Amino acid sequence: MTQAVEDKRAVVVEARGVHKHFGQNHVLKGVDLTVYKGEVVVIIGPSGGGKSTFLRTINHLDRPDSGEVCINGAALGVSPKGSRRATLSDAGLSRQRRQVGMVFQQFNLFSHMTALENVMCGPVQVLKTPRAVAQVDAKRLLALVGLADKEASYPAQLSGGQQQRVAIARALAMHPAVMLFDEPTSALDPEMVGEVLKVMLDLSEQGMTMVVVTHEVQFARKAADRILFMEEGRIIEEGRPEELMGNPRNERTRNFLRMVMGEA
Amino acid sequence: MWDWASFLHYIHSPYLLTGAAISLGLSVGAMLIGLIFGVIAAMMRMSERRWLRLPASGYVWLFRGTPVLVQLIIVYTGLPQLGIQLGVVASALIGLGLNEGAYLAEIIRSGVLAVPKGQFEAARAIGMTWPKTMRVVVMPQALRIIIPPLGNAFNGLMKTSSLASVISLEELLRRTELLVQVQFKVLEIFLVAAFYYLVLTTVWSVIQGWLEAYASRSVAEDRTTRRTKLTAAVESAVLSS
Repeated sequence: MTQAVEDKRAVVVEARGVHKHFGQNHVLKGVDLTVYKGEVVVIIGPSGGGKSTFLRTINHLDRPDSGEVCINGAALGVSPKGSRRATLSDAGLSRQRRQVGMVFQQFNLFSHMTALENVMCGPVQVLKTPRAVAQVDAKRLLALVGLADKEASYPAQLSGGQQQRVAIARALAMHPAVMLFDEPTSALDPEMVGEVLKVMLDLSEQGMTMVVVTHEVQFARKAADRILFMEEGRIIEEGRPEELMGNPRNERTRNFLRMVMGEA
Repeated sequence: MWDWASFLHYIHSPYLLTGAAISLGLSVGAMLIGLIFGVIAAMMRMSERRWLRLPASGYVWLFRGTPVLVQLIIVYTGLPQLGIQLGVVASALIGLGLNEGAYLAEIIRSGVLAVPKGQFEAARAIGMTWPKTMRVVVMPQALRIIIPPLGNAFNGLMKTSSLASVISLEELLRRTELLVQVQFKVLEIFLVAAFYYLVLTTVWSVIQGWLEAYASRSVAEDRTTRRTKLTAAVESAVLSS
């Protein structure tokens, strides 16, 4: 796919010059990223390189110290031109976040709600969807992730893989413009990794726009349109899977891949 | 000499029974006021904004750092000097309620802090505002943690409410004292009062058990919960002894 063709597609996520500090620690040192509609971008790299932090700035769970993130053209946390305040209120930012779905390493299902209630919660509470409508959609999504029979189960009664699939359904219920996955399989027992990756692969094939932080190189090879290698707060190298994995230009990318593939 | 007949006579004295009902009403009222102040103070103390945190911390510091009895007397007999004239009942409700609120604020805050951070983040990530995150996701989970200490606080409050007798509110203890002054059956009448307090706290501990079971229903099948409940039961037994 040539650059010219790519540019005609709608831009969903646009991050420019994102910096983030945690105390003295300069975690993100100016990260830029453009994600087009329907694209699957996988971010790989060593731990502590800023991958997860960067992902969390995309929906402002961590607010960047400088730089900006636009979702469908609107800058997150910034008031529209002409309004008195420079920064958007909590309610305004929350409204913007609806467009961004997120799946966490630790699932973070609401532990006092059943699987079905977890999936319905966003539409009912945030979008004010009537319960009956939200319920139909939630059941459809639970079936989509293969858990139609688990709707009445509480998170504590589900395996890690099942919880993560419910979490994916919960994020999808908001019909987001983009889904963010923060190491979605890192907390899972090995035998459960496959079921979650399969759901993600299905999603990517249905044209969902996705940004995925993961150590699963095989998944990246199969699902990614583009892979970014991130280290020490910067994107060191990016390319299509066969380019980046087959013939990495940067030596650090090469070393990292050799290490990860060696283990696999 | 101990007189069984007097004891059995006063145990259904309408005068003392009404006193017990007033004590219960006072405790419930003060608890509700305390809950309102406690929730607000707890939320303020967890705010990112200093100007919200500071007054709430000051409130907790002040009311936990001074005796309730002193607070009650200041509200009832001290405030009129500043032109704030409150009746006996209003003084007792406000005095006990404000004091209780300071303790409840800490209980509520610790309950909210015990809810894993990921629950906040997941709620925020699906677009919930901060108040909605608290109401829909955090508080229902914090409740499970909060109910045992909250129940103990109410148990304590039913007994602390007897301090209102000092500002001449005719609750159970005050009525007991008044009765003793004319009937002279000191031990019998005070033991009737003690018995009424015991009935109140015992009935409450049963209700508290139901509430705990209700709040824990989402994890009821869990083995860990049974252990938590057992621990809580032991704790409350130790605390109330």
